[in-house]
Amino acid sequence: MKSNLLMNFTVDKETSTVNVKREFNASLSKVWSAWTEPEILDQWWAPSPWKAKTKNMDFKEGGRRLYAMLGPEGEEHWAIADFTSITPKTNFKYLDAFSDSEGNLNTDFPRSNWNVNFSEQGNSTIVAIAIKHDNLSDLEKIIEMGFKEGFTFAMEGLDEIFASSSK
Amino acid sequence: MKRDIFQAIADPTRRAILVLVATKALTPNAIAEQFNSTRQAVSKHIKILNECELLDEKKLGREIYYQLKIDKMKEVDQWLEQFKQIWESRFSQLDQVLMNLKSKENEI
Repeated sequence: MKSNLLMNFTVDKETSTVNVKREFNASLSKVWSAWTEPEILDQWWAPSPWKAKTKNMDFKEGGRRLYAMLGPEGEEHWAIADFTSITPKTNFKYLDAFSDSEGNLNTDFPRSNWNVNFSEQGNSTIVAIAIKHDNLSDLEKIIEMGFKEGFTFAMEGLDEIFASSSK
Repeated sequence: MKRDIFQAIADPTRRAILVLVATKALTPNAIAEQFNSTRQAVSKHIKILNECELLDEKKLGREIYYQLKIDKMKEVDQWLEQFKQIWESRFSQLDQVLMNLKSKENEI
């Protein structure tokens, strides 16, 4: 399905923040459910052909989601989200991290701060996401995401960089 | 020995270093601060990247600064574009999920 819904994607290098904003053609309560209930979240969080699988999720302040991104070739990348703040149907914040299947943090990578905002606009809902890093560049963020989505995108990007550099 | 470019990206720390020096020139110390590995381990990674001719080396006073070779910046933008596509793919799936939720509701 091709979507004409507004999407805004910016990278603020000054603050090491990636901003993603998107309009959804559904009520606020449905969009909120889709972001906060694991059964629904798992249906869309992983870009195809990857699949997301939540092992456990305790959606409350101080709670955690432990989930895996499953690749088409059996790859498994585990990650966690530690919820730091929740204002129902308005906003939630969490710290992400890479981990193993038991939720033990992989400290080789920095954590990033996610701030997800919801607002109603007529019959649609706007979701604005800000992903902020403490001290790494915005592009560090990108590669990290690449890892999270199973390396594929990031690696393809690198392959391109290197293909052109060897000319 | 001539290094293979794929050797450069085979290691997650090296991939992360490449991304770090893509935006600005950094000293080995500044790079090492971003990792939990030892300074020595990071130096080894920098050496390998340098041997792969992925880094520009600049001397300023007593410090050496490393930066991703500038002609690659454009490709980094393409990379960013791919990151954007991840979100687009994810969101069009969410559109579908939301539509399914709605039609379920209508059935009741």
